[in-house]
Amino acid sequence: MDTKQLLAIIAAIVKRIEAEKDFLTQLDNEIGDGDHGINLARGFKSVEEKLPALADKDIGAILKGVGTQLVSTVGGASGPLYGTAFMKAGNVCKGKTALTAEEFVAAFEAAINGVKMRGKAVEGEKTMLDALCPAYAALKSGVDGGKTLADSLADAVKAAASGVEFTKTIIATKGRAAYLGERSLGHQDPGATSSLFMLQAAQEILREV
Amino acid sequence: MKKLINAIDGVEEQMILGLVKSAPKKLRKLECGNVVVRAEKKSGKVALVSGGGSGHEPAHGGFVGKGMLDCAVAGAVFTSPTPDKIFEGIKAVATDAGVLCIVKNYTGDVLNFEMAIDMAGDEDIKVDHVVVNDDVAVKDSLYTTGRRGVAGTVLVHKIAGAKAESGATLEEVKAVAEKVIANVRTMGMAISPCTVPAAGKPGFELAEDEMEIGIGIHGEPGTHREKISSADEIAKTLLDKILADIDYKGREVVVMVNGMGATPLMELCIINNFVQDYLAAAGVKVYDTMVGNYMTSIEMAGFSLTLLRLDDELKELYDAPADTPALKR
Repeated sequence: MDTKQLLAIIAAIVKRIEAEKDFLTQLDNEIGDGDHGINLARGFKSVEEKLPALADKDIGAILKGVGTQLVSTVGGASGPLYGTAFMKAGNVCKGKTALTAEEFVAAFEAAINGVKMRGKAVEGEKTMLDALCPAYAALKSGVDGGKTLADSLADAVKAAASGVEFTKTIIATKGRAAYLGERSLGHQDPGATSSLFMLQAAQEILREV
Repeated sequence: MKKLINAIDGVEEQMILGLVKSAPKKLRKLECGNVVVRAEKKSGKVALVSGGGSGHEPAHGGFVGKGMLDCAVAGAVFTSPTPDKIFEGIKAVATDAGVLCIVKNYTGDVLNFEMAIDMAGDEDIKVDHVVVNDDVAVKDSLYTTGRRGVAGTVLVHKIAGAKAESGATLEEVKAVAEKVIANVRTMGMAISPCTVPAAGKPGFELAEDEMEIGIGIHGEPGTHREKISSADEIAKTLLDKILADIDYKGREVVVMVNGMGATPLMELCIINNFVQDYLAAAGVKVYDTMVGNYMTSIEMAGFSLTLLRLDDELKELYDAPADTPALKR
């Protein structure tokens, strides 16, 4: 993946989040405070405005720029969490203008570890990690097994989608839905869902190559 | 959606500007965003910084002033402010004595304040924080996010603010804030929902004869829903839950009957009438009572009850002078 593709992925994420704004907000209404789509859309819109200034930077700087922008515009819990994810991924891509499949996996791993550290959460608590962790496992096993990045990412998207379905079956123990206890059962997690949308946007761009 | 606003985009900023213009000699807004500070920076004392999403007015900007907060950072409606804005607020009021951040226990607030505190620490600002978690509606457990921080936060502002004003050290101010947190409990309910301007429709729905018990201050669902009953019965339900949580018997307390935004004072007084009699019968001595809107949820109709268990130190600090738009003593 090169910088051009990364910029296309980010533009695709911006578009996808804007398109799903109401749906994400509706999901959050059911088990949270009904602002997930609104907050993410506001943040990614400001990322879009910042993209031209990042266009000639390296992958590390672009990811870090996106992360900083999300942290300072999204608010809520998702701002620091997604912001940290992009910034941590940027840290391991410093100075690079292209990533091998293995380096892409390492960046994804850094992002997930950032989310776990900042959110003090693990898989199975009905959060974005329930989409991101299975996606990471599928991505890594694809790349380790010699598949292309695009094919591995397609596996990751499938795993993330199953992860989102899985969040319907578990009780939230982190995030605002945790206050609902058993009433959070049956609802899919908005954060896991937005993570799935971002992965889908990335996969659609890399598939086109 | 029917609201007295101009455009969704300007809601938070115009609210903060309007607040500051209501007390121009005492308050100032920072250029960088919706951050309210005292017009004159106080030096030589610990600075108190709080904040959270907008929509809880008068919290938190209304509690900036002598004897309470030095700075309040307002996020978008029901959304925590971002770390960069909190950091600007901390920098604007920081003194050599240090800064104490008072954070409500919501994942977003805690994460954003923690990031801001990391940033301030990197610049050698002496900063610490406490997390308020007074809501007994939510189960406290090691494995969950824990109890929410709600109306009891205002009493933390008041008492820690008085301690800071007395010239106490950061450690002492933090200790007294923790003491309030250990002794304050709240529970709330609602009979009608509220609408976040950007969402355009109510965050939840309640039938004409329904109420939500244990609701949070963002209209997020509470513990359960049931048929509405009388004011006295509802107040008893909330009080029983609070009284069962820590032992108030024979102790002096501050009572706060807090409106959620659209509850008439008439109804809050009807509730208080019962609360006072019920507490007296339960052997709890009321030292002082606050009735009004302190921690609201936009136009939600409902109320919360807060009890703070006092000792001599907390009593003295509770009585100390305060001069803020929303609380004077």
